Amino acid sequence: MKTEKHFITADEKTETPVIIIDHLYKKFGKNVVLKDFSLTVKKEENVVVLGKSGSGKSVLIKCIIGLLKPDSGRIEVFGKNTPELDHDELDKIRAKIGFLFQGNALYDSMTVRENLEFPLRRHWIDFSQKEVDALVIEALENVNLAHTVDMMPEELSGGMLKRVALARTMILKPDVILYDEPTTGLDPVTAREIDSLILKLQKKYHTSSIIITHDMNCVKNTADRVALLLDGKCYAQGKYEEFEQSADKNIKQFFE
Amino acid sequence: MAIITSIKVFFGETGNIARFTGRFFSTGLKPRFEIRELLSQCYIIGYKSLPLIALTGFIMGLVLTMQLRPSLVDYGVESQLPVMVGIAIVREIGPVITALIFAGKIASSIGAELGSMKVTEQIDAMEVSGTNPFKYLVATRVLATTLMLPVLTVMGDAISLFGAYLGVNIKSVTSFKLFFTQVFHSLSFGDVSPAFLKTFFFGFAVGVIGCYKGYNSSKGTRGVGSSANSAVVLSSVLIFIIDLLAVQLTDLLGLN
Repeated sequence: MKTEKHFITADEKTETPVIIIDHLYKKFGKNVVLKDFSLTVKKEENVVVLGKSGSGKSVLIKCIIGLLKPDSGRIEVFGKNTPELDHDELDKIRAKIGFLFQGNALYDSMTVRENLEFPLRRHWIDFSQKEVDALVIEALENVNLAHTVDMMPEELSGGMLKRVALARTMILKPDVILYDEPTTGLDPVTAREIDSLILKLQKKYHTSSIIITHDMNCVKNTADRVALLLDGKCYAQGKYEEFEQSADKNIKQFFE
Repeated sequence: MAIITSIKVFFGETGNIARFTGRFFSTGLKPRFEIRELLSQCYIIGYKSLPLIALTGFIMGLVLTMQLRPSLVDYGVESQLPVMVGIAIVREIGPVITALIFAGKIASSIGAELGSMKVTEQIDAMEVSGTNPFKYLVATRVLATTLMLPVLTVMGDAISLFGAYLGVNIKSVTSFKLFFTQVFHSLSFGDVSPAFLKTFFFGFAVGVIGCYKGYNSSKGTRGVGSSANSAVVLSSVLIFIIDLLAVQLTDLLGLN
């Protein structure tokens, strides 16, 4: 396992990362949330960022997608430092990044179809109506919810909402997906279904992911690598099994 | 100390609203225009407010006539009832009451809608979908309120005058043609144009305040409720302030 004092495996050194987070700082007033945080994500890798509530996990992925501006540090996505990009350049990068919000963030005034069409219509990519329809159905079939296409979000259950949100996240076939607590608030069975979907879609579309969670089952099921965010820093990173066997009290508390 | 804090809060809030308004002109009015959303908002804000404006306008015209009649009878000028009612409705009561009803319905609805979108991360979701939420949500709503309130005021005035015509006929008999001939003969350009022009400012104020309060809503259901409530209160106060300034201005320009 790799902590501040940790080891780096050989493949990490050689493979080109799609995301490089380097010495990231972010504070809100006097509250320093991220303090010299560094992490890399390789192509087709699922990195789970583990941390307690309020540790700054969501702040981290919001900095990556440009919803929050870090105070200092670099966030390179596909070789571009996102905090320095202008709005148009950021939009082009965002078209390659999917973001699954913790609360799904489906537009409640729109049908499922309109929710899924929205990113297709907005990203300056010209799709014909036929292509849009095909992409919407494909995205919904991926999450086994093609029958909900003309329903309103209020008609769907919590698990279905999460799957529709996942379908919307995947509709532009992004290269990177950021998951903000994908299983929070779901029953264990539905949570495992979401884990399976994350893995299924990753295999199908060859995506890289950062998954923010404190659900240890989700970590176990989805992580290629785990990073522990503690006191604003990447305290430790390694395989799930290494975390599970660790004697470090800060790591052990997640398995108790 | 409490007074100093209140003054600080007042000026802070005023500065924030001014900045928000400046952002509307600097960002919201630049291409790419969200024409489809603007038309949709015109339909929701304008067309769907018409029944309420019509009902209140009708009752206002009817009641105003019934209240004015006894005083005019005392002075022996009952025949001037259509003139008095016409001037009162077109110059002052019609625009102000319509704007207040409009503020109650629309500012609260915009405040609650945007506030709810903010706390459920729908605004963030819009941003990561390559959409400028300020343009899509704020600019369209402010333009819609600015354009629709004058239309609603004209319609409200017409229905209110019809109510006044029925009010006149409760205790006397006046023909439809005679009533409206008297009303229109008594109105000059100086009566109609300032009253019509100020409704654009009323509409703008309702839109800006509704959007400002919703867009800056604090977290939780309480925050959303508070946004909706303060949007109505503040936009209503602003309507009176704009009205006061408009009257002073028309007086200075000699239009009274």
